[in-house]
Amino acid sequence: MSSSTSVIKLLIGVFTDIFADPNLLGKYGLWLAGTEKPQPQEVSRVLGAVKNQTSVTRGYAGGIQTVTIIPGDGIGPEISDAVIKIFDSAQVPIHWEERNVTAIKGPGGKWMIPPEAKESMDKSKIGLKGPLKTPIAAGHPSMNLLLRKTFDLYANVRPCVSIEGYKTPYTDVDLVTIRENTEGEYSGIEHVIVDGVVQSIKLITENASQRIAQFAFEYARNNQRSTVTAVHKANIMRMSDGLFLRKCRDVAENYKDIKFTEMYLDTVCLNMVQDPTSFDVLVMPNLYGDILSDLCAGLIGGLGVTPSGNIGANGVAIFESVHGTAPDIAGKDLANPTALLLSAVMMLRHMGLHDHAKKIEKACYDTIESETVRTKDLGGNAKCSEFTNEICRRVQDQD
Amino acid sequence: MSMTRPASSAIAFAGRRCLTMSKLIRPLFLRNRLGSTAQVFGVAGSSRRGKAWDSVSLVKHREVTMHREGDGIGPELLRHVQEVFRYSCVPVDFEVVHVNSAMTEEDDIDDAITAIRRNGVALKGNIETSHTMPPSHKSRNNLLRTSLDLYANVIHCQSLPGVQTRHRDIDIMIIRENTEGEYSSLEHEVRERERGREGERERGRGGGIDTAAWSTRKLGDGLFLQCCKEVASGYPDIAYDSMIVDNTTMQLVSKPQQFDVMVMPNLYGNVVSNVCAGLVGGPGLVPGANLGRDYAVFETATRNTGKSIANKNTANPTAMLLASCMMLDHLQLHDYAALIRSAILRTMNETRMHTADIGGQGTTSEVVQSIMRLMQGASLRSAAAF
Repeated sequence: MSSSTSVIKLLIGVFTDIFADPNLLGKYGLWLAGTEKPQPQEVSRVLGAVKNQTSVTRGYAGGIQTVTIIPGDGIGPEISDAVIKIFDSAQVPIHWEERNVTAIKGPGGKWMIPPEAKESMDKSKIGLKGPLKTPIAAGHPSMNLLLRKTFDLYANVRPCVSIEGYKTPYTDVDLVTIRENTEGEYSGIEHVIVDGVVQSIKLITENASQRIAQFAFEYARNNQRSTVTAVHKANIMRMSDGLFLRKCRDVAENYKDIKFTEMYLDTVCLNMVQDPTSFDVLVMPNLYGDILSDLCAGLIGGLGVTPSGNIGANGVAIFESVHGTAPDIAGKDLANPTALLLSAVMMLRHMGLHDHAKKIEKACYDTIESETVRTKDLGGNAKCSEFTNEICRRVQDQD
Repeated sequence: MSMTRPASSAIAFAGRRCLTMSKLIRPLFLRNRLGSTAQVFGVAGSSRRGKAWDSVSLVKHREVTMHREGDGIGPELLRHVQEVFRYSCVPVDFEVVHVNSAMTEEDDIDDAITAIRRNGVALKGNIETSHTMPPSHKSRNNLLRTSLDLYANVIHCQSLPGVQTRHRDIDIMIIRENTEGEYSSLEHEVRERERGREGERERGRGGGIDTAAWSTRKLGDGLFLQCCKEVASGYPDIAYDSMIVDNTTMQLVSKPQQFDVMVMPNLYGNVVSNVCAGLVGGPGLVPGANLGRDYAVFETATRNTGKSIANKNTANPTAMLLASCMMLDHLQLHDYAALIRSAILRTMNETRMHTADIGGQGTTSEVVQSIMRLMQGASLRSAAAF
């Protein structure tokens, strides 16, 4: 008797929670009948493989969520400040923990990120990162690479949606590139055979291919996308890309509701610049993902306006701006914070804070569309601070 | 106890390759301007044209190998090329070689390679490589390129008048390292970059840009860039710059006009050449050349087999015809090349006879007919001049 009452109580509790907080349903890709179905931009939740994730307790019921923020180098600090300011004006319940990830040499001589950064990220599980410098031949690997290895960030997700108000030759772009981020051509295994001859190894494993394919299909399902396309060059790299393709096909078997297609990399490039509307979700190994995700970013306006998210195997998600550090304009209040801001909005949706996400995103798009206050890279001549203030104003106006 | 998971790896080589400048390349660069060759080489052309029949009987004809592939649009496009050549009395004899992509033995392709060695020049359709075949079955196209050491793939992407695209005024020359994964010995010095620079100077072009993903593949691409830099220092009159490949693709879709000549390793060349071909109107419009020290093989730039549109009379013959014009220039038959090229351009621009891939409703044969009609008009006019 008592067990059934407790079950009933539990059920009632769940239902009241749902009605009290519609965001809870939205988190799982559901919505109340009669209410507005979330548009693809709104439901850009990045958490893909829900089944295998260890459940993470997050303080949704009025608690303040901690987010690790990594300002980065160059223009990083100023755009991070801009984002924090905008979030303040929207009264987002986030506590920011600022950390630095400059590589240090740990015991045993191995390069690693500072332990405070790792600790903070492991606890909060959510990170927002600005651009990091990648030194060439400086002895230590790139910081981005290090972060990826530390948190096993295996999926890089970049939704590319045409921004109304910022015109490019391509309209109505609405696609997502999902890139395997741990192996492939960027395995980092390179050596000199003899002077003048270098060998670089492209590593493709069944595990990683399986994982990324799984993620891609889950993402497609959770975000109401209809097609997943695997991009490859299996005609030339028969074994490596062949393995990748086989795993994609295997996973596709479990997702009959999603259409699965395969396309050669060169055909994708050819068609992408002629008709990008024919693509939906693209999944691919590391190198192709690197190039294609930037190509798609170029279609909607460049890295200055493209958000990006990285998902790790143990529940960590790091959202980042993917542009460079722009050392030439660093510290001059000229930077465009849009990319980091949109990545932060992606983060909010991941955390289930859809209302705040919507508000901030709308303010950002409206500001760009108004054309009065745009930063230099978007064709205007406003300062970063002016742009930020304008967005803050619009956010507050919406309340 | 963990099971060993299967893994695959592919190995990429970057070698310090030598290029000694080949005189063959210069005409290619000089004359590959659409519609502008007639003035430059008018004198030599007209005297030869007056004696068209004589040149054939004087055994001045060249032997050229033509590949016909089993399926895809290759065979029909090459037939059209033969048609056009016959019509304009081009003094070229074709030795036709069939390569069947379905066969697992390499006899077919070996015969083809022998034929090309004999003739020196070839025009080819793409040979499909099914990725369901085992890894021991090598890509036929690849075999051809590596056996003949066709180390440079050159494609010229130019905005054509009369074709609707999102970007205008594109004029990019892409030079791509063509023999992927090949081991090369130390005696070879930096040659592909040399070729790029020489070509630029001949054309009077301003700048060159190298594309590589040096940030993440520091050794391999680092070596490539190093070689480029070394060669560039020997050509101070040509501007040199380098760019990471992902940035390059982004720049290409927003501001392609900033690029002039681009040199890159094979991997990136595949991506960039397809992007550029897409920007100027698609795979049906861009010709390509595979060049080595001793041999030259011409084909469409994006190497599509076109299986889905085979034998439907809808394929665009422009790319293959322009490739044959590149071949004619290579053979020093410049006047014929100019004739055919201007006919192609005028068909595209004046008569607006377009195939489906560029938004028209014409069939392949209609386009070819239109080209031949324009050629007839042109040669009648010049014959009357004598």
